[in-house]
Amino acid sequence: MSKDILVIGGGIAGMQASLDLADMGLQVHMVEKLPCIGGKMAQLDKTFPTNDCAM
Amino acid sequence: MEKEELRIGVFVCKCGSNIAGYLDVEALDEYASALPNVVFTQWNLYTCSDVGLDEIKKGIKEQNLNRVVVASCSPRTHEPLFRSICAEAELNPYLFEMVNIRDQCSWVHMNEREPAMAKARDLIRMGVAKAALLEPQEIITSEVEVRALVIGGGIAGLTAATSLANRGFPVILLEKEKELGGMLRSLNRLAPMDVDASEVISKKIKEAEDHPNIDVYTGAAIDKVEGFIGKFDVTFSANGTTKDVRLGVVIIATGAGNLVPEGMYQYDGQKVITQWELEEKLKIGKIDGNNVVMIQCVGARSAERQYCSRICCAVAIKNAILIKQMNPAAKVYILYRDIMAYGVENEEELRKAKQLGVRFVKYDPERPPVVEEDKVTVFHHLMGKELELPQDMVVLSTPLIASEDAVKIANLFRVTLDENKFFLEAHVKLRPLDCATDGIFLCGSAHYPKDVRESILQALGAASRASIPLAQGEIKIEPIISTFVDRDACRGCGLCVALCPYGALEIEETDEGRKANIITVACKGCGVCAATCFRHALGINSFTDEQIQAQIHGFLAA
Ligand SMILES: Cc1cc2nc3c(=O)[nH]c(=O)nc-3n(C[C@H](O)[C@H](O)[C@H](O)COP(=O)(O)OP(=O)(O)OC[C@H]3O[C@@H](n4cnc5c(N)ncnc54)[C@H](O)[C@@H]3O)c2cc1C
Repeated sequence: MSKDILVIGGGIAGMQASLDLADMGLQVHMVEKLPCIGGKMAQLDKTFPTNDCAM
Repeated sequence: MEKEELRIGVFVCKCGSNIAGYLDVEALDEYASALPNVVFTQWNLYTCSDVGLDEIKKGIKEQNLNRVVVASCSPRTHEPLFRSICAEAELNPYLFEMVNIRDQCSWVHMNEREPAMAKARDLIRMGVAKAALLEPQEIITSEVEVRALVIGGGIAGLTAATSLANRGFPVILLEKEKELGGMLRSLNRLAPMDVDASEVISKKIKEAEDHPNIDVYTGAAIDKVEGFIGKFDVTFSANGTTKDVRLGVVIIATGAGNLVPEGMYQYDGQKVITQWELEEKLKIGKIDGNNVVMIQCVGARSAERQYCSRICCAVAIKNAILIKQMNPAAKVYILYRDIMAYGVENEEELRKAKQLGVRFVKYDPERPPVVEEDKVTVFHHLMGKELELPQDMVVLSTPLIASEDAVKIANLFRVTLDENKFFLEAHVKLRPLDCATDGIFLCGSAHYPKDVRESILQALGAASRASIPLAQGEIKIEPIISTFVDRDACRGCGLCVALCPYGALEIEETDEGRKANIITVACKGCGVCAATCFRHALGINSFTDEQIQAQIHGFLAA
């Protein structure tokens, strides 16, 4: 069985899933329709509840 | 060895207007170029952008830089990125120094441009002086014992254990009670899907018990824990025998307890009961009388216990529906402060309860309901008058409270609890499944009151996170840690051992006498030992006395 994984969407959920899977030693292919990854969170300034910089 | 010529590159960041709005970055760049050993400087709009990072790589390659200084933002957020870029350009990533001219300069001195410029020059000069003395460091690796410990055999612990076992990892599951299952063993039906709690939990129990990769111990108590990620040595006793095991990772799933509302609203466990006790009555289908009044937030969202237990609204709605379905003539009132019916399914349940004729009355915590022999009086917030509700049974919705074992487990594993003694995650937003101590993860209502769905979700997540070190078989550790700068000077006094917050030091008898021993994998490089050691035997990599002195001299050299 191929051990490559497809992750669709490069927002915070897709990125975290991809990173954790990659850390487990798997090859991840993350696709994102926009020219850059980051999703909504990358467009936010501060996010609750810790109000730290979303970037 | 011949001393290589120092070739320091300084990259000054504008950070859009965050820095450039208050400091003259181009002037700082020019200032840096005249500092000792600096052979290359460059300013960037955003040093952390692809363009900025490429400039660093190009600088290292084309200018043969052997030390890199970035004057920008906080190392807390960006040091790992800049280090990895140095590594990509084949420069040892620990030959990198970061100077914070944003958080510690432009942001805090927005209205004092000239003094801020002077401070930025000082900071850069100090960074360059330190960079000159940086030494290459190598990442430390340590083996991971491929076996997990799951503490608590409720729905969360069972789910986490089975998930890890299905990935092929051996698991030890410890449950302190004689039987697995946790709260679900005692519950009636589960909202929002109206399934039988015993059925759900017995399936999970069987799956875990039958799994060849899971060793289940009931009646278990943990006596001792030593070690750190990859090598936790745990001693536990179960049914009269004691066992020592080594584990790579730990998942805490010790669940929660129920608040018993002694002294509140005439609670007696007979006619005034909790939802927990109502579940038992519903299980045997025995509800006396037609008039039921439920009171929400009993002992929760109060001065003593400020949090919302989150599940109680859904539980009250579920049980109100069940009572109405058993006995359509029943009059069921839910006296609430705010209804927390979050999520599609819970909202649907709320609607259903209203359709079935369950009455919802909002009360004011300043004027709480009063329970008497056969009635409950409540001030109706919206109608502005008192209502008298006849009652044959009053049901109090009390919060889930921290498990009675939380403090003991937290002390054994050196993990943190919140102010209500629930286990605390490493970061509420970004690391919701990890404890701050590496290699320890958490799930279920041990973390915060949760329903079954959320407990399972978090258990699957925690199992995933715990799989990372298990799958890698080794962990990589930052080499900025405690080291001996002069081992001969160590007299084995043990001051450092007593003060180390991470248990990363111990005293050993050696051929040269008593000496401190550094457990490198446990060390976080906080520097307490180095600061304490009056014989100057211990130091911290990349924060050596010489480097710090160079910074001080750099500061004074203005
Ligand atoms: C009245 C009531 C009604 C509810 N109704 C619903 C519902 O309808 N739907 C729903 O989704 N949820 C419901 N819940 C919530 C549900 O009970 C929890 O979501 C669930 O129990 C959480 O599972 P858990 O495994 O985290 O904790 P628990 O079920 O509490 O299990 C924890 C386990 O850990 C064990 N343990 C504790 N300390 C140690 C230790 N030191 N060493 C070893 N083992 C230890 C305990 O003995 C226990 O077996 C209800 C809760 C209550 C109180």
